[in-house]
Amino acid sequence: MTSATPILPPADWRDFVALTKPRVMTLVVFTGLCGMLAAPVAVDPVLGFTAILCIALGAGAAGALNQWYEADLDAVMKRTAQRPLPAGRMERQSALHFGVGLGAFSVILMGLAVNLAAAAILLVSILFYVLIYTVWLKRRTPQNIVIGGAAGAFPPLIGWAAATGQVALLPLLLFALVFLWTPPHFWALALFVKTDYANAGVPMLPVVAGEAVTRRQIGLYTVPMAAVAIAPWPLGLTGAIYGVVALAMTVVFGVLAALVTRGATRAGKTMAFEKQLFAFSILYLFVIFGALVADRWFA
Amino acid sequence: MTPEEEHLIRRRQKSRAIVVALLLAAFVVLIFFITIAKIRQGMAH
Repeated sequence: MTSATPILPPADWRDFVALTKPRVMTLVVFTGLCGMLAAPVAVDPVLGFTAILCIALGAGAAGALNQWYEADLDAVMKRTAQRPLPAGRMERQSALHFGVGLGAFSVILMGLAVNLAAAAILLVSILFYVLIYTVWLKRRTPQNIVIGGAAGAFPPLIGWAAATGQVALLPLLLFALVFLWTPPHFWALALFVKTDYANAGVPMLPVVAGEAVTRRQIGLYTVPMAAVAIAPWPLGLTGAIYGVVALAMTVVFGVLAALVTRGATRAGKTMAFEKQLFAFSILYLFVIFGALVADRWFA
Repeated sequence: MTPEEEHLIRRRQKSRAIVVALLLAAFVVLIFFITIAKIRQGMAH
């Protein structure tokens, strides 16, 4: 007699797309593209497109492997319960094969078509996100987001390396900017979806250390983030277009972060400033990177 | 297996086959243009 394990029908192709976390990919593709366009080298349009495609596919692979490993966590969180694996629309092994295949494809294509430096950084970013963040840190430490933020900080570095074949100070500052931006961005979210993370047993800072510590940490990370965001201008790496936009956007970010740090409330609304900071932080990164490209092309 | 389940499996297989075919075609086109770009780059040097 055979065991009665139910056999799932083949997953719909849309579920494979969903595995790649397309919404996260938008920001990754955008910062990667900006890193490439900010480089002081003209890139062949076809090779540039290929590099961005590889960054997107690499991010998609990391997202798929993250969902493969975290299917049990996703199942108990309202925000993620409808993903293909926890919703039972796909075999776990399909997600693993898809993630590994897509990751290998993106790195090999980047190496063959663009250059080895970009391929190496892409590989490191995928491994970092999957092994260091997803497997090692996420369930073990409330600093998971801090270290995991590095994985999301790689795209501008990869974009720059794709254009120039090497790494320089400006893309390293962009890396640091996304790295330091991640904790205030994610902890603002964690403050208003705390119950979800608590149910899943993920040691997010608000769950483990409480709201007060989280608010203080948001403030603490915002200070170096602001310094890194503005630094390219006084260092002479960018012009005034970037400098003025970065300064203005960072002031607004700083004010919102300060309100969240102080635990300010708005009458009749719960977590209003936290939600505002989270929403603004996404706009912040888009505008800052957009300004960087505008500065390089129009200054 | 019910006829409905069989129908669902066939439909999924067909749509996946079409998507894979389109992706492979796009990959061939991409490799063609990458080759042209590399040749152009080599000539410039």
